[in-house]
Amino acid sequence: MSDLSDRIKETIDTEPVVAFIKGTHEQCMCGNSERALQALRSVGASFTAIDVLPDPAIRQELSALSSWPTIPQVFVGGELVGGADIVQELATTGELEAKLNEKLGDAWRDGGEERTVAVTDRQDPFRLAR
Amino acid sequence: MSERLQNLLEGAFPDARGLEVLDRTGGGDHFHVTVVSPRFAGLSLVEQHRLVYDALAEPLADGTIHELRITTRGDA
Repeated sequence: MSDLSDRIKETIDTEPVVAFIKGTHEQCMCGNSERALQALRSVGASFTAIDVLPDPAIRQELSALSSWPTIPQVFVGGELVGGADIVQELATTGELEAKLNEKLGDAWRDGGEERTVAVTDRQDPFRLAR
Repeated sequence: MSERLQNLLEGAFPDARGLEVLDRTGGGDHFHVTVVSPRFAGLSLVEQHRLVYDALAEPLADGTIHELRITTRGDA
């Protein structure tokens, strides 16, 4: 496994809610990524976003790990919950909140904080905050 | 291009009760596919969508599909 793959996996395993998107939480570059973030916002979930655009390898390594071919990808408590269509549908039916409760207890209800972190130093203005 | 996707989905879901391929922009690369199949019964949405991705692996891999929206239903 590559270092990048390890860092992606570590992020998925340690961050409560992770959204791999095109762009950042402040400047989303893709309608589907935006739909996924809006679904998370609609239930008031805090999340950590990862921008896949700085390096094509992020997307390749992520899809190899998740067996999911497209972006966005949303993980809760280390588990792939889905792409934009699924997350949007789950938010509508109330199942997204149920999944967050199941995986995280009350920990996700801490004010809808959003941030974007990097898994690679390449072409990226953000640094891993931890 | 919609026809190619339709054919791939028909091959993968011969028992489908509903199958629709929508070219969202008319450009032949942004699609919304809807599949209604008893095969989805008891599967999570992630598992359902994975079956659709598997069926469309080729046009996804060769860049034909630029964007894909998926709707799946286990009931008719």
